[in-house]
Amino acid sequence: MLFSGGRRKKHIANPQTDLYAHALQFYGQPPLENISLSEFETFAVDRLKLLKTVENLGVSYVKLSEQYTKKLENESKNLNFPHRLDIDDRKSQNAPNEYEKRRKDYISHFILRLAYCQTEDLRRWFIQQEVDLFRYRFSDLQPKQKLEFLHRNNLQYDTISIEEKKTLLDKLVNSSYGVSGITVEDQDFYKVPFQDALDLVRTRKVYLKAGYVYIPHQDIVTIVLNDFRTRLSKALALTARSLPAVHSDERLQPLLNHLSHAYVGQDYSIQKNVGKISLEQIDSLSGKSFPLCMRQLHQALRENHHLRHGGRMQYGLFLKGIGLSLEQALQFWRSEFIRGKVDADKFDKAYAYSIRHMFGKEGKRADYTPYSCMKVILSNPPSQGDHHGCPFRHSDPELLKQKLQFYKVPPSGISQIMELVKGMHYQLACQKYFELTHNIDDGSFSLNHPNQYFIESQKALGGGKDLKKEMDMSQRSQENSAARRPAAAREAAANTSQDLVEMTEDLDSFFQDG
Amino acid sequence: MPSSDYDLASLPDLLPLYYRRLFPFSQYYRWLNYGGVQKNYFQNREFSFTLKDDIYVRYQSFTTQTELEKEMHKMNPYKIDIGAVYSHRPNQHNTVKSGTFQALEKELVFDIDMTDYDDVRSCCSAADICSKCWTLMTIAIRILDRALRDDFGFQHLLWVYSGRRGVHCWVCDEAARKLSVAARSAVAEYLSLVKGGEETLKKVVLTDPIHPFIKESLAVVEDYFPQYALQAQDIFGRKESVEKVLTLVPDDVRRELQQLFEKEKKPENRWELVKDQATKKQATGKKGQHFEKEIMLQYCYPRLDVNVSKGVNHLLKSPFSVHPKTGRISVPMDINRLETFDPFAVPTISLICEELDRPRTGEEDIKENEKDAAEKRKIRDYKRTSLAKYVKYFDQFLDGMASSWKGELLRKSDLQKEF
Repeated sequence: MLFSGGRRKKHIANPQTDLYAHALQFYGQPPLENISLSEFETFAVDRLKLLKTVENLGVSYVKLSEQYTKKLENESKNLNFPHRLDIDDRKSQNAPNEYEKRRKDYISHFILRLAYCQTEDLRRWFIQQEVDLFRYRFSDLQPKQKLEFLHRNNLQYDTISIEEKKTLLDKLVNSSYGVSGITVEDQDFYKVPFQDALDLVRTRKVYLKAGYVYIPHQDIVTIVLNDFRTRLSKALALTARSLPAVHSDERLQPLLNHLSHAYVGQDYSIQKNVGKISLEQIDSLSGKSFPLCMRQLHQALRENHHLRHGGRMQYGLFLKGIGLSLEQALQFWRSEFIRGKVDADKFDKAYAYSIRHMFGKEGKRADYTPYSCMKVILSNPPSQGDHHGCPFRHSDPELLKQKLQFYKVPPSGISQIMELVKGMHYQLACQKYFELTHNIDDGSFSLNHPNQYFIESQKALGGGKDLKKEMDMSQRSQENSAARRPAAAREAAANTSQDLVEMTEDLDSFFQDG
Repeated sequence: MPSSDYDLASLPDLLPLYYRRLFPFSQYYRWLNYGGVQKNYFQNREFSFTLKDDIYVRYQSFTTQTELEKEMHKMNPYKIDIGAVYSHRPNQHNTVKSGTFQALEKELVFDIDMTDYDDVRSCCSAADICSKCWTLMTIAIRILDRALRDDFGFQHLLWVYSGRRGVHCWVCDEAARKLSVAARSAVAEYLSLVKGGEETLKKVVLTDPIHPFIKESLAVVEDYFPQYALQAQDIFGRKESVEKVLTLVPDDVRRELQQLFEKEKKPENRWELVKDQATKKQATGKKGQHFEKEIMLQYCYPRLDVNVSKGVNHLLKSPFSVHPKTGRISVPMDINRLETFDPFAVPTISLICEELDRPRTGEEDIKENEKDAAEKRKIRDYKRTSLAKYVKYFDQFLDGMASSWKGELLRKSDLQKEF
């Protein structure tokens, strides 16, 4: 990518229409044109908004379900990204509007690569969202366009012979989704190493034999996505290497940094309220202000005097986030564990380490942040003996219902919650639970973090107002100073920095709403 | 049985003897060196020792078999864990720039632990096992072994008894050792059917069509279900356990079965009634009525600790390590004789050390002793103990693997000749 004031050799700006001949691409070559800083910013922010939408929709809806595609299409339209890719490519590429959209899509992708190549975590997030976005766009193509796309990108995969198809017919029908005897005959089956179609392997939606998967043409998106993912992952690693050059540009560095910070929203890791909570308060707070997942963990801990690793992490980091100090945490866990099968000596040897670890006092000394709803819902599902996870996601509906009844949620509310659970809107179900238990009709926030639940609850109950304000202030001032510091170093950049602060505040408010 | 004589207090005395005279170092090195096909494969492997009083020493590594032996003789670890092959020597991990020290490869491993079956076994709980519930491990091994070979195409599977309440599987194929974290987790999830924690009652849900992998697994479960679940665990016996089974069927079926069970007490017949109901339901043409299969799977299907399989850098207890609580040696299992494997017959460290002290029998010793080097004696030491047959099986396993890299080595040496 070439930035104005370019260190790199300027290329003659070839009419780049060729680049945008198709709405969907693998983003092979980086753009070479000059763009203004303000365009740079808007492009980046808009794409981030789009990716954030992709992430949120992926949690609330089944991917590629009707609602999912509809909402994603709307968001693409609003943000002026290409949408409805089924229009004839050749015709639409001439429309000036469509050209702009494709250009924006292309350039903004590369800008975010710069922002999201820096750490493993950021890369993972970015790749995941880009892959989902690609999946949506690819699936929106007509069959003919799909073939064209494969052809254009030189993607060739081995197909199996008719004889092989015949011998495997039963197995293929029973392992692939929506495939019948007739459709097996009609379509090609690709045979690729199972490592290239992990999504299908994971969900057991493909026939697997001797290390190879047999993928019907209708599912070819999986292999294409795998290709896309591999390329993007490699490209990000390369980008990371050239990052120092970009970072020396004081106009871009703060912007890129802020962009990459924005993806999680608030992470509830800054503890200005450390020590504001005493251990005696936890029991009563767990009933009043803990989200259901934490209440469940707290209860299990009190009952069994033990929690397994997944539970200790989820609950321990939450407690850290609401303000328990390391000393308090150690005391809290020890006093509970030694009432069970663990004696004080064993606790100090086997468990204290992991608690200090959580607070960044051991190992690589990372200060771990409390888990967000997304993380609780999507990663490390509970298994035998576990109490962690999201109660709305990981409980039998019947048990959840009983629990809600036990917690005195009115029957009408329970059925509303169960309806949301059924539609897989776990965060909305939790928010409904919040509203019902706090007698608030319409929550003024959108729930995406257990610690946010706690803060909002304290706010609603009138107890934690100051606590919350303090936290917000500290976070805001930290971020602003982070954005200003490098910029303020040079006067020349002062104006940019001013814009930046404004823009980053916009971003903040966006992600707090979204 | 002398093995019950094991006493934790004797471990500090027995371990030096075990490591000096019995631990199969040469086989062990042969395994982890993988024929020397890849450079530094053994050198960059992490070992982790647990010493007396739970002192944990991570990031040990050794350049040669002799170095490993020396260190083990010196430290006499209570427990040995094996980790990943890293980009640098693990014992120097502090000297390389942070971020560059990375876990590159490891066997694909599986850990099945009997505690994870506590909600479906009535004979024991937690760390206890008995011959009744051991059937669960037999089922688990048969299902996973088949799938890893037939579905994933792996060949070199080392099954190891953990020494107490579970089994481990080390998939040693080169392709398996090179799998990414994402691939490992996909394999583990493909193999996981029982899902959900304490807040989930129905942990297996099947959808149409039933995947060939599930069909194959069901075929294995069906072999054992009558004997294991109906007889040994008697799941249709006590009232509570019957109720537990019935939570897994649809409401209308449950009511009907409850009535039918009033008159029918025999477990086998009760199970027939369940199956009849399922057949009836399936005949209605409605999709997803597989509750009889779901019951079988929930009670018998292997429960994997997915997190162990996912991580490349995850540590797992090494074969031939001693289990400090039981004293039993973590021995490789011959899966051709799986049905007769008895965890209670696995020798303890006390037993094999005692066997070593028994007077030698027969003249063969006298003849060969003359040219005996210390090394040679050591090789034969284990042969005089109950450990022998497990080491022998390990040898066979290693021979099988050696044939796979012979081609690779030949190719390499051919290349060299050309210069």
